Amino acid sequence: MKLNNFLASAAMVLGLATAAVADDKTKVGFVYVGPVGDGGWTYEHNKGRLAVEEEFGDKVETVFVENVAEGPDAERVMTQMALEGADLIFTTSFGYMDPTINVAKKFPNVKFEHATGYKRAANVSTYSARFYEGRAVQGHIAGKMTKSNIVGYIGSFPIPEVIRGINSTYIHAKKVNPDVQFKIVWVYTWFDPAKEADAAKVLIEQGADVVLQHTDSTAPQAAAQEAGNVITFGQASDMGEYAPMPRVSSIIDNWAPYYIARTKAVMDGTWESVDTWDGISTGMVEIGEISDAVPADVKAEALAMVEAIGSGAYNPFTGPLKKQDGSDWLGEGETADDGTLAGMNFYVEGIEGDIPQ
Amino acid sequence: MIRLEKRPQSSHTWSMATPLVAVLATMIFGGALFGILGTNPLTAIRTIFFEPLFGEFAFYYRPQLLVKGAPLVLIAIGLSLGFRAGIWNIGAEGQYIIGALVGAGIALAFYPLDAWFVFPLMIIGGAAGGMAWAMIPALLKVRFGTNEILVSLMLVYVAEQFLASMALGLMKNPEGFGFPGSRNLQEYESAHNAELITGTGMHLGVVFALIAVIFAYVLLNRHMLGFQIRLTGDAPRAARFAGVKPARLILFCLGASGALAGLAGLFEVSGPAGQVNIDFNVGYGFTAIIVAFLGRLHPVGILLAGGLMALTYIGGEIAQGQLGLPSAAIQVFQGMLLFFLLALDLLTNYRFRLTRGEVA
Amino acid sequence: MDLSAINPVLLIASLMVAATPLLLAAIGELVVEKAGVLNLGVEGMMIVGAISGFAISVETGSPYLGFLCAAIGGAVLSLLFVILTQYALANQVASGLALTLFGLGISSLMGQSYVGIKPPATGEIWLPILSDLPVIGPIFFQHDPILYFGIALVAAVWVLLKYSRFGLILRAVGENHDAAHALGYKVVRVRTLAILFGGACAGLGGAYISLIRVPQWTEGMTAGVGWIALALVVFASWKPWRALIGAYLFGGITVLQLNLQAAGVAIPVEYLAMSPYLITILVLVILSADKSSAPAALGRIFHASN
Repeated sequence: MKLNNFLASAAMVLGLATAAVADDKTKVGFVYVGPVGDGGWTYEHNKGRLAVEEEFGDKVETVFVENVAEGPDAERVMTQMALEGADLIFTTSFGYMDPTINVAKKFPNVKFEHATGYKRAANVSTYSARFYEGRAVQGHIAGKMTKSNIVGYIGSFPIPEVIRGINSTYIHAKKVNPDVQFKIVWVYTWFDPAKEADAAKVLIEQGADVVLQHTDSTAPQAAAQEAGNVITFGQASDMGEYAPMPRVSSIIDNWAPYYIARTKAVMDGTWESVDTWDGISTGMVEIGEISDAVPADVKAEALAMVEAIGSGAYNPFTGPLKKQDGSDWLGEGETADDGTLAGMNFYVEGIEGDIPQ
Repeated sequence: MIRLEKRPQSSHTWSMATPLVAVLATMIFGGALFGILGTNPLTAIRTIFFEPLFGEFAFYYRPQLLVKGAPLVLIAIGLSLGFRAGIWNIGAEGQYIIGALVGAGIALAFYPLDAWFVFPLMIIGGAAGGMAWAMIPALLKVRFGTNEILVSLMLVYVAEQFLASMALGLMKNPEGFGFPGSRNLQEYESAHNAELITGTGMHLGVVFALIAVIFAYVLLNRHMLGFQIRLTGDAPRAARFAGVKPARLILFCLGASGALAGLAGLFEVSGPAGQVNIDFNVGYGFTAIIVAFLGRLHPVGILLAGGLMALTYIGGEIAQGQLGLPSAAIQVFQGMLLFFLLALDLLTNYRFRLTRGEVA
Repeated sequence: MDLSAINPVLLIASLMVAATPLLLAAIGELVVEKAGVLNLGVEGMMIVGAISGFAISVETGSPYLGFLCAAIGGAVLSLLFVILTQYALANQVASGLALTLFGLGISSLMGQSYVGIKPPATGEIWLPILSDLPVIGPIFFQHDPILYFGIALVAAVWVLLKYSRFGLILRAVGENHDAAHALGYKVVRVRTLAILFGGACAGLGGAYISLIRVPQWTEGMTAGVGWIALALVVFASWKPWRALIGAYLFGGITVLQLNLQAAGVAIPVEYLAMSPYLITILVLVILSADKSSAPAALGRIFHASN
């Protein structure tokens, strides 16, 4: 990769100039892949941005651009933010990985934070959430509450992130209900309300009375509500408007504490490139309120599990566990390492069907 | 009564003036919209139109105009040939995808071989891929008389599904931890469509776009084929008497536009975008149709229209970042610009006459 | 794999729901194209209908008022297309694309305060005895009124086009506008009415998604249904009843592939998703023998002085 010398030096000069003018204000940029009104992924990142504004008030200025396509458009938007004096830029989609790295090379003095990626640099951190910890809790509730013993799962794309969630849910549902069976539907989209609604309806028609989703719209919630006796979980966002039924709990991506901490680090000059993969313990993954539709004993067990995962006493991927093909994965008491989890491309034993290739 | 009357020949003055009037009208109505949304209209307009060209950071945005505008111009030039002859390829988006897939496929097949011939081979592959995709509606039209508008549009969706399949399957980066998307071609020297002069935004795609403009200009004004294209568009019957073979023209126009769209895709995937991904296509193929019309199907007009379109994209992003305007407001603004340009185009070929009495 | 998990009755009932927005938009566009106008702005009109209907029914609490306003919203947007193509004589392909761009933008501006709100329920028509019948009940007698309205609309359009005087004029205008003009028909007026009707239908289709099928408002929620509607018109070879069959086929493929996945059948999703488009192309080729189906003046600009 060729370094754009002219641009870099010009930018640095300007960067210094802007820094001199707006010395007291820290400027934080956010690049969003969807509209802030998606009610899911981007919505939560934007809530994190607002939390940063609230926390630091006059000392911070935030800017954002929404609906930014992955690729050259993202690279341009990031460069624009850096040129205009952003000190810290959060890029909130996996597809922004290479653009983030490219722009970071040109602006060594600007700090970048890329969500869900794996490429880092001196001024590029990565951060992601251990959503699978929340999935374990959902799996427990699902296994306890299903009467038909059929759990439906709406997958977006067959990537490690989603597969991890399916495995974690399944392991914990199976633990409390050996007869449980998973029906998995891939919709090949993160966000398409009509398609998600169709997928949820299909799963319900085929007997599922629990529907989990790894897509961002609330359409499956609405479908479950219409069907009646079906429970769901909020995804990415609390989706509390569907509580207490069908939404009995949720996984909330709470980016606010991380965004505040990282902004603070830039203000204090203590920012360093890190790889953050946080879960329930730091509050990055939050379990939305478990509604009264869940029996009290199940709710208590679920809360105990949240507690155990949060304190580090329990790891959702603890052996003995086998892979789908029957080969051994984790021995008794052994826990999964982050490398395997990050690239997870297999189902655990008991899940039927193949991961689409 | 006001009556509309066709001009004996299209007005040169109006053809120059309407784009300016349209831009002015858009500024007024768009400014009103921004005002309603709580932004100072003058600041918003200034940010969109002037910031990218003359602002503090114009040194960065000007090259970006080339990067954003080049694929639009390249595709629109190809489309304009067919449009002039009444051959409607509206599936450039699909041809763009296929061109990129074939080109990237060649690169990935040779990876990590360091050889001079990889990139030229990719260029040929990209053009051939786009052309082959456009040949489907062309051949079906020639052989069966099917409507090329609809067939080419259908093939866009087929291509999109194909792209998803490739990004998740065959072309997936083996070192990408299972995430969708191919290797980044920017990191593969032999396949990288790098900037020719650093910092100028000038990559091979821009050069090809400029060549295409010149080529199309010469073709339409100096060449027999160009004459046939224009004649077929203006007077299909006369063209047949003049010995124009419609089948040949259909194959040429669709083939050429497909090849150019394929090239645009190839240059994008190997340069600015870098990789094949599920959402690789961002609508250049459709926007190029609009660009072709804004440019009045004239090569030079298309060049300017491509630049204007790129300007509203980049200026719009700046307005979002600086003024907090929602991206939807920018979309509406672009929509307005198109409406005004299309509506005012009328004045080029028609004039208003005040008449007394009956109206037909 | 467990194919017995698929309940064919529910499958048919739910594909009817999935097909309705498509059907509504397509039947409108069919009339537009029969009049010789190609409006590629269906997606834009649908999404504007989706938010207009949603906003009004949330504000008033009446889904039917919502649907009415959705139709008006779609028609108002199509009025822009009328002005551009019928009065300013602009190119229809470019105008339609501009309409979609504009519609997507304006709808998200309109919808900013409606994200995350639940609309009032439309409810289903429940007929005693009939709705309780096995098999027939769920398929034919347990739907919302708009679904029946869509089917009725197909019948109405069929009658109108085939048997009414207005239908005859409309088709004449679509076949040869110069001849129709020479016969004294008001070409522009007929086309304007057709385009407004198309806009209203697309608006209804959009509102069906935001008020019944999903039901909620999110930006860009029509997600390409408008484009499929365009394909459907061709697939139907401009015949209303074929549009109905086609809508069920197109909607059916989506629902069926989800059903097969849920039943554990390993299917290549992308390739199945391609199939409606490939089938449409195939239909086009087969239809090409029948030259009478496509309106001859489709997409051409009309001006009286020509």
